[in-house]
Amino acid sequence: MLEFKDVSYTYHTKTGETTAVKDMSFKVENGQFVSVIGPSGCGKTTILSLAAGLLSPSSGEIARGDGEFGYMLQRDALFPWRTVEQNIFLPLEVKKRNTPQMRERAVALAEKYGLKDFLKKTPSQLSGGMRQRVALIRTLAAEPEILLLDEPFSALDYQTRLEVCDDVQRIIKSEKKTALLVTHDISEAIALSDKVVVLSARPAKVVAEHDITFGDNTPKSRRECGEFAATFEILRKELGI
Amino acid sequence: MKNKDNKNNYSREHLAYLKKERNKKITVILSRVLILVAVLGIWEICAQCKVIDPFITSSPSRVCTTIASLYKEGTLFYHIGITLMETMAGFVIAVVLGYAIAVGLWASETMRKVIEPYIVVLNALPKIALGPLIIIWIGTGYDAIIFMTVLVSIIVCIMNMLAGFIAVDKTKLLLMKSMGASKATTLRKLIIPASLPALMNTLKVAVGLAWIGSIMGEYIVSKAGLGYLIVYGGQVFKLDLVMTATFILCALAGGMYGIISLIEKKLNK
Repeated sequence: MLEFKDVSYTYHTKTGETTAVKDMSFKVENGQFVSVIGPSGCGKTTILSLAAGLLSPSSGEIARGDGEFGYMLQRDALFPWRTVEQNIFLPLEVKKRNTPQMRERAVALAEKYGLKDFLKKTPSQLSGGMRQRVALIRTLAAEPEILLLDEPFSALDYQTRLEVCDDVQRIIKSEKKTALLVTHDISEAIALSDKVVVLSARPAKVVAEHDITFGDNTPKSRRECGEFAATFEILRKELGI
Repeated sequence: MKNKDNKNNYSREHLAYLKKERNKKITVILSRVLILVAVLGIWEICAQCKVIDPFITSSPSRVCTTIASLYKEGTLFYHIGITLMETMAGFVIAVVLGYAIAVGLWASETMRKVIEPYIVVLNALPKIALGPLIIIWIGTGYDAIIFMTVLVSIIVCIMNMLAGFIAVDKTKLLLMKSMGASKATTLRKLIIPASLPALMNTLKVAVGLAWIGSIMGEYIVSKAGLGYLIVYGGQVFKLDLVMTATFILCALAGGMYGIISLIEKKLNK
């Protein structure tokens, strides 16, 4: 569970101060996949940093469950000097939970999602889509309760993007994780989420919230639904594009 | 290994390509050797025919004779050993200390800003200007020469390593931060392995500078070593000795650089 209650955040630089987020309230229920969409530069990454506790709000409150956070970034940020397996173990090492049981569980997770033959390879031997999958398994290895996804598909080419998008959604759903995704891609948000939160330009405020219920909860079926185009139009208007 | 296994499966075109590549490589190596042989040969012939005065220019054969006589006197490896020891000691101290200082500067941005102008000035200063001070402060032994060697090479070690640390991918840093990694963990798991190429570069530059430092040190103050032989040979007009010491230096410096390149190749595998 994650809840923003009237959260504001102001950046301070030498040349002045910028309010990135203003009076923002929304809620992510357990097991829910929530997307936050907004125009470019509206402070989406700030929202994730606030959610993860890397930044403290200037005012307002953020309620979190006890569980940990896992961060997935725009680029996979795999360490090229480590094998895939060693990359997946990284969060365990950093969080000092590098026990044989945790390692075993991480390897089992990787094998379950088709990385069995790649464990001993280096990231440079993998395709872009495969690398993002490794990055997701790495995020999941430390068993976070909530996943924070910062446009994790934006660095991929279009075809890979669709594949990885389906891939990530399937893995997150089957592992029953809660996820908060920030993106500027409307169709990605609709295809993936249970709920979409629309933000205004900076300072970011919540413009609207939509529960997405059509389709059978896979990105592919969502895209094929008639409601997809209609929802897209509504969101597009709310974003003011 | 893999190539050999597959050799029979290659197309004729590919085999021709491989052969062409191999011929190119052979041409390069052969040309290199040829240049060396030609220069040494012309030098020797000119000296033998008195086109040039071998008393001033020495000659390859005289260099060989000098090496042989130094060896017979038992001082050849003594001089080589001393210079090699000074250079190696200075090199290792400069790299280790420089690395440690760079880590400190990486960890604290404030420290970095405070120290920066001093590093810039020390880098620009011709270290030989400190020669007299070093003699007075440290004396005239090996330690003075090692100190000079460290002085000449450490600043570049600090600057190169710091640049390597700071150049580490910001996304990877954010990843470490999101996992709650401490500075020490980030250093160990990310910064040190990620900056390995910078370290190899630093070693290559530092080894060259260490030779400059040790020979410069021996010019200022020494009783033995290759730098001493060069200065002494120059003073008593024994150009054979100067040339001989210079040749040995070339071989040693090249060898040390070669060892580092080999290590780098091993690491990149």
